[in-house]
Amino acid sequence: MRDLIVFFRCLLAGILFFSLPVVAQTDSAAVAPDTAAIQQPVPAPPVNVIVTDTPNDNGRSLEIRWDLSPDDQALVTKYQVLRSSSQSGPFQVVGETTKGQNTFINGDLSDSVDYFYRVAAVRAPAGVMATMAESPVFGPIVPVAQWFNMNRIWIFIWTLVICGAILLYIRAARSGKELYVRKIAGIDAVEEAIGRATEMGRKVMYIPGIQDMDDVQTIAGVTILGRVARITAENDTKLDVPVSKSLVMVVAREAVREAYQKAGRPDAFHDDMVHYVTDDQFGYAAAIDGMVVRDKPATMFYMGCFFAESLILAETGNAAGAIQIAGTGQPSQLPFFVASCDYTLIGEELFAASAYLSREPKLLGSLKGQDFAKAAFLLAILVGIVAVLIGWTGFLKILEVG
Amino acid sequence: MKREVPIIITLVVGIVFILSYFIPHAPFGELETFYNEWFSIVASFAIWLGALNLMKLSFIRISRKQHDWQLSWVIVICFLVIVAVGFYDGYAGLSNNPQTSFRDPGTNFDWLYTYIYTPLSSTMFAILAFFVASASYRAFRARNTAATLLLLAGFLVMLGRVPLGDILTSYLPEGWRASDWASWIMNFPHTAGQRAIKIGVALGIVSTSLRIILGIERSHLEG
Repeated sequence: MRDLIVFFRCLLAGILFFSLPVVAQTDSAAVAPDTAAIQQPVPAPPVNVIVTDTPNDNGRSLEIRWDLSPDDQALVTKYQVLRSSSQSGPFQVVGETTKGQNTFINGDLSDSVDYFYRVAAVRAPAGVMATMAESPVFGPIVPVAQWFNMNRIWIFIWTLVICGAILLYIRAARSGKELYVRKIAGIDAVEEAIGRATEMGRKVMYIPGIQDMDDVQTIAGVTILGRVARITAENDTKLDVPVSKSLVMVVAREAVREAYQKAGRPDAFHDDMVHYVTDDQFGYAAAIDGMVVRDKPATMFYMGCFFAESLILAETGNAAGAIQIAGTGQPSQLPFFVASCDYTLIGEELFAASAYLSREPKLLGSLKGQDFAKAAFLLAILVGIVAVLIGWTGFLKILEVG
Repeated sequence: MKREVPIIITLVVGIVFILSYFIPHAPFGELETFYNEWFSIVASFAIWLGALNLMKLSFIRISRKQHDWQLSWVIVICFLVIVAVGFYDGYAGLSNNPQTSFRDPGTNFDWLYTYIYTPLSSTMFAILAFFVASASYRAFRARNTAATLLLLAGFLVMLGRVPLGDILTSYLPEGWRASDWASWIMNFPHTAGQRAIKIGVALGIVSTSLRIILGIERSHLEG
C-alpha cells in the first residue's frame, strides 16, 4: 500500500513536472497580446493645433494645421482629425492624413455651429494593436462665408476691362462712328452658298452642333441660323435643321419661324424644318450621314460645338458635293473642318458671324471691343514674357486663374 | 411681352451667374448649382418633346409614303422596342427588388445596350479612321507653301510618334531624334496656335454672352 502511495506521488510529481512548462507556455501565449499592447510605444501627440476659416469660400469648411509629432518619422503611421460640437466631446474622426502631412480641410460644415477639433498621432503597424496620442482641444470656431473670392480679383478686373471695352465700342457705334471690321471669307460666302442651293433646287442643311443650349457655341450657332433662315426665306430655298437636343429644337424653331416672318414668308415656314433626331453622338452622325447621302443637299452649315462626329459629317457632305461652311470653338475639331469644308470660321469668328451678317452697328461695336481686349491680352503676355525673363514672377499673378 | 420676358430672365440669370463666380457667400454661391439643377430638370422633360417630334415626323412620312418612308418604320420599331424593354425591366426590378435598375447587368435592356447599341456606336466611330485617311489625303497635298508646311509637320509628328522614327534617327545625338522633333512641334508651334485660338474663343464667349445678357443680341429670339 505504501509502495502504491509512493508510486502515485511519483506519478503526480512526474505529471506536474512535465505539465509545468506547457502551462507556462500557454500562460505566456495567453498574456502575450496584453503584454504587447502595454509594451507598444505610443507616439508623442501633435502640438500647436490651429484651426482657421478657409479663405474665399462659402463658409462650409475649416482648415486645420498642426505641428508634426516629434515621433513623426519614427512611430507615426497617420494623423486623425477629430471633431465635436462641444468641448467635452464626444469627438468623431472626420478625416485622416498620412505621416508628414500637417494640414487638413474639413468640408460640409455649417456656418452657424461652433466646432472643436483635436488631432491624434496614430501608430498602427499591421497586426499590432494601434496606439495613439491626442492633442489638446482647439475651439470653438465657426466657419465664415466671404463676400468676395479674392483669388479671383484679377479675373474680376479683366472682366471689367473686357466688358467696359465692349460697351464703350457699342456706344461709339451707336453714335454713328464708322467701324472697320476685316472681311471674313467664310461669312461672306454664306449668301453665295445659299444662292447655289437655290439655283440647284436643293436644300440647305444646318447642323447647330451636338451640345445643349447651355453651351455658348450652340447659342452662337442658333443665332447664325436666324440669319441663314432669313436668306433661305428670301430665296425660297428649302432649309433642313436636324438637331440633337430637344431644347435646341425648340429655340432653333422659334429663331427660324421669326426669320421667316421677318422676311415676309411666314407661309413658307413649317415646324418640321427644325426636327429632333437623337441625343446620341454617333446616332446623330449616322442619321445626318443618311440624310446627306439620300437628299444630296447643295449647302451644309456646321455651326456650334462638335466633337468626334465633325469629320464623319464633313467628309460625308464633301463626298455628296455640297458646299460646306463650318464654324466651331473646339480647337481639336478645327483641322478636320479645315480639311473637309470649303470655308471654316476659326474660334472667335464663329461668335463674330452673327454681328458680321447683321451689319448692325451695335453688334459690330462689340467686335471692336473684343479686338481691344485681345490687344490688351497680347500686351499682358508680352510684358509677362519680359517679366519672367528679368525674374519678376509677381507679375504672373495678373494672368492666374484662382 | 413674348420677347421682353425672356430678355429679362436672361439678364437676371446672366448677372447672377457672373456674380456667383466672384461671390461665394449665400445665396450667390448656391444659386449657380440651383440654376444648373433647374436646367437639368427642364432638359430632362424636354426630351419628350424631341421624342414625340421624332415619332410624329416618322408617322407622317409613313402615312404619306414619302421618300424612303420604309426607314421610318426602323425608327419607330427601334424606339418602341427600347422604350418597352426599358419600362418592362424597370417594372420587373421594382416589383422584385426596388434596389435594382433597368440598366443593371443581365437585364434585357442591358443586353440591347451591350449587343446592339454599343457595336453600332463603335462602328460609326471606327468609320472615322477611313475619313481621317481621305481628309488627310486632300489636306496634305503640297499645293502651296502653307499646305507643304502642314504636310511636313504632319509627317514629322507621325514619324516621331512611332518607334521607327527614333530607330531611323538613332545616329543623331540625344535630344535631336525624331521623337524630339515631334515633341518640339507639339509643345511649341502647336501649343502656341491652340492657345491663340483659345484666347479668341474665350473673348468671343465673353462678347457673345454680354450681348445676349444685355439684350443687344436677340437674333436667337427673333431671327
